[in-house]
Amino acid sequence: MTALPTRKLEAWRYTDLKNLAAVSFAEAAPAKIAAPLPDLGISRVVFVNGAYNAALSTPPEFLSAFAKVVDESSLPLVQINAAHAHDGITIDVPANVDAGAVLVVSYANAETPMAFHPRHRIMLGAGAKLTIIEVAMGQGVYWHNPVTDITLHEGAALGHYRLQDEGSEAFHLATIRAQIAEKAAYESFSLVIGAKLSRAEFHATLTGPNASTHLNAAQLLRGRQHADFTSVVAHKAPNCASRQTVKSVLSDHSRGVFQGRIEVAQIAQKTDGYQMNQALLLSPHAEIDIKPELEIFADDVKCSHGATVGALDPEQIFYLRSRGIPEEQARSILIRAFLTEALEPVTHEAARVFLEDAIETWWARK
Amino acid sequence: MLEIKNLSASIGDKEILRGVNLVVPDGEIHAIMGPNGAGKSTLSYVLSGREGYEVTGGSAFYNGQDLLAMEPEERAAAGVFLAFQYPVELPGVGNANFIRTALNSIRRARGEAELDAVAFLKLARTAIKNLSMPDDMLKRNVNVGFSGGEKKRNEVLQMALLQPGLAILDETDSGLDIDALKIVAEGVNALRGPKFSALVITHYQRLLDHIVPDYVHVLAAGKIVRSGGPELALELEARGYVGLEAA
Repeated sequence: MTALPTRKLEAWRYTDLKNLAAVSFAEAAPAKIAAPLPDLGISRVVFVNGAYNAALSTPPEFLSAFAKVVDESSLPLVQINAAHAHDGITIDVPANVDAGAVLVVSYANAETPMAFHPRHRIMLGAGAKLTIIEVAMGQGVYWHNPVTDITLHEGAALGHYRLQDEGSEAFHLATIRAQIAEKAAYESFSLVIGAKLSRAEFHATLTGPNASTHLNAAQLLRGRQHADFTSVVAHKAPNCASRQTVKSVLSDHSRGVFQGRIEVAQIAQKTDGYQMNQALLLSPHAEIDIKPELEIFADDVKCSHGATVGALDPEQIFYLRSRGIPEEQARSILIRAFLTEALEPVTHEAARVFLEDAIETWWARK
Repeated sequence: MLEIKNLSASIGDKEILRGVNLVVPDGEIHAIMGPNGAGKSTLSYVLSGREGYEVTGGSAFYNGQDLLAMEPEERAAAGVFLAFQYPVELPGVGNANFIRTALNSIRRARGEAELDAVAFLKLARTAIKNLSMPDDMLKRNVNVGFSGGEKKRNEVLQMALLQPGLAILDETDSGLDIDALKIVAEGVNALRGPKFSALVITHYQRLLDHIVPDYVHVLAAGKIVRSGGPELALELEARGYVGLEAA
């Protein structure tokens, strides 16, 4: 098995996998469902401990059988995934078809430590449309190492909304790779509230002119949770736009990481790249690490990145309280307001309501 | 009824209020005037429960409840409303949602049924119309991008909807043009009644032409140094505050 990356690698400087390396994981086994699974009244694909569960699924159209993974990636986690993947969702939407929305649930119930490495493949033909709402949840000690490969042909549009709500002892290391052709749009938002340690690593490549992407996220962490959001956006064609707004709400001893890299090839003139990480530290022990990188070889581009770190404003809290709103609620209103901009790409109504509920629940959970 | 007895308060080591005595019975509007630095804003913040002020002596009771022992939200539920001198901007928080959340918090604390969005909007639209405010004031984020006058009007809108028993207006007239001033005054006058009282804090007499007070008090160097009828405001306007500190 490929070795896990260590902090000696620049890409892993802020996220230490030694606690993951210390666990010996068994191959995933079937398990009982011990929690209610989300149901949005749309087609649903359910994986239990990484294996497709037909009984719980109401599959969408254009779903096909899993095919063996052949992958030459240099990314260690993708290599590990390639060596172990034996299930995952494969959707291939034909050109000019609006395939609606599908809910993909990964549920884990690990009585003893186990690992699973699903490989998901999403392909949209020219002009096709799809919304994917992905939820990862579970209990026990487990390692969920999904790789999602996305191919969007000319003018295709994918809305990809992810809720990472893994169990409190879980490791979640997701890699999402998207190839975005001319005029295609990859709109993503990730809400990170679960897992002991997690990372979402995006590799978005804009391969044709006027392609666009949003890679937005919100991290809501407490206790000793660690969450890493890493992105590499490669602009390989002119007139493309990439937007990243990542908001981190960090309480207790939690730690957030944002690493964002924008690469602009020489041919990619008129690139419009934007990257923003804003962290709200709710405790003096919380930590945020931010590493933006721009690598630009074209001379007519607009690229910006910014970062802010702050706390809740006592003036705003007092204003709300003076109107009769209890302090806890005042704080949650302000945190919700802080997250607003990150949720912008979520245009699908049911997805938005679902994610907003998850934010509310997070607040009440404690 | 608001009863303030010998109230003293400081910020850090600095004593701002030095024994304020004041009684505002229900149904009355009292103005508090005074020079800059007299403690007018401190009085309003101490009564509404803002952090950073240490009460070093005395008491403040409203309808028999010990205000100083209550959280800010409990004071609001008891009927105390502070119209801020500098209303706070809340980016990302819609105004309608904000006011409805406030109203429902207060209703919940009083054991009343909450209002749903439809019932609230009906109420809010009527209030907005009565105050000659633009409709979009409800849709915008709280005070974000509002002009100074719009912010003050938004305070009055909140007051109209929350229906407090005691309103404390902290220099609500500052930065207002005459039209906005009239709207603000109409908002306060509309609430006048046997169960409503107000403390109107102002530096200038101008506002008191439109909100005619029952009594005027002069606060100087942390104490009430003079009290009188509405004519006192006119006298102060003519003569200024000079000499009052020594009284």
